[in-house]
Amino acid sequence: MNEYLLFDALLATGVFWLAWQTLFAASLFRGVISFMVFGLLISLVWIRLQAPDIALAEAAIGAGVTGALLLSALGRLEDTDSPSFRALPWRSSAFWSGGLVLLLMMIWLAWVSWELPAPGLAAEVEAELDRAGATHPVTAVLLNLRGFDTLLEVAVMLSAVIFIWSLGEAVVPEAPKAHLPGLPALATLLHPIFLLVAIYLLWQGAHAPGGAFPAGAVLGAGGILTLLAGGVHWMQQEDHQRLLRLLLVAGLALFLLLALGGLAATGVFYQLPVAWAGALILLVEVGTALSIALMLMAFYLYGEPSS
Amino acid sequence: MMVIYALLAAALVGLALLGLFTAKHLIRRLLAINVLGSAVFLLLVVIARQAEDLDPVPHAMVLTGIVVSVSTTAVALALILHAADARRRRQPQKQGGADE
Repeated sequence: MNEYLLFDALLATGVFWLAWQTLFAASLFRGVISFMVFGLLISLVWIRLQAPDIALAEAAIGAGVTGALLLSALGRLEDTDSPSFRALPWRSSAFWSGGLVLLLMMIWLAWVSWELPAPGLAAEVEAELDRAGATHPVTAVLLNLRGFDTLLEVAVMLSAVIFIWSLGEAVVPEAPKAHLPGLPALATLLHPIFLLVAIYLLWQGAHAPGGAFPAGAVLGAGGILTLLAGGVHWMQQEDHQRLLRLLLVAGLALFLLLALGGLAATGVFYQLPVAWAGALILLVEVGTALSIALMLMAFYLYGEPSS
Repeated sequence: MMVIYALLAAALVGLALLGLFTAKHLIRRLLAINVLGSAVFLLLVVIARQAEDLDPVPHAMVLTGIVVSVSTTAVALALILHAADARRRRQPQKQGGADE
């Protein structure tokens, strides 16, 4: 038990130090790299808190995709904005009063998270599990019991894509393959592994940690790597735009169809018929994973392709 | 063990707020918002962990939250990039005007 406590203390110290580096390191590049490592260490924290689903998603999205987005943005900003950091005015009274309020808030938060009654919904979810179509509780909650949240989340992602694309033309990712001749070969080699891992996670989601979110994140990360290597020309081509948009909407459309189908079949919005729940969840998971992967790649373009 | 992570989450909230209010560069502020998000997720899961059985509902919420936070990060970055682009395009005109 004692070794675990030591490990937790070390991990917490490491996470805190990386967060400090992220926010206060002198160079912005160092901050972004620290943030990516922060994401990886935080996923270890999720494992310690027995939340492997979150760990998978955090490692792929928090560290991988967010890091790639930040780094590519940083590369494009470099010539105009030099990394600037305003030193803390240690002696000003504003700093001290603000700091005091923050300190009080931190103490209050720690106390609240410790004292708050935590009855938990584990028993309720357990009771519904054999009617939900998935034996893994987190998947059951995400895609059946609280499916409406997930539907809205896919809608949030889609509106983010629409927002970004409405800002203007895509900043065509400057393929670094000229500097790194090995990159396209590496992307080609790694792509089957990304596909395999994504399909495995997707299939496993019904009964173990995994599911549409980690699968979509892994697929999207692989897609961004291929995009970097200049291997995804079709996203920029005129005649593929209709297909691209159709695929982007597919996840949300499937969700909505399912919700409306539930309304027609059982009279309740988003109520899955028990007999088909398993198959329907798998169908929605495949659609959602594909949509999430494509939307992550669409974020990376920072604008509408070929407009 | 839970005490350590509750304290970590509270400390991260404070640190992220400090960074958010003192940083000058927009990307640094975005990083602060992301760290703040992670701290809130940590608080949620720590609270969920204190129930007798493992409560899957906060886990699902955090999964949703991670995807939403990457969406907001992407939108903010796109805004920052397009703003910088617009500034860059405006600047040569200003210099041209000064030459005349």
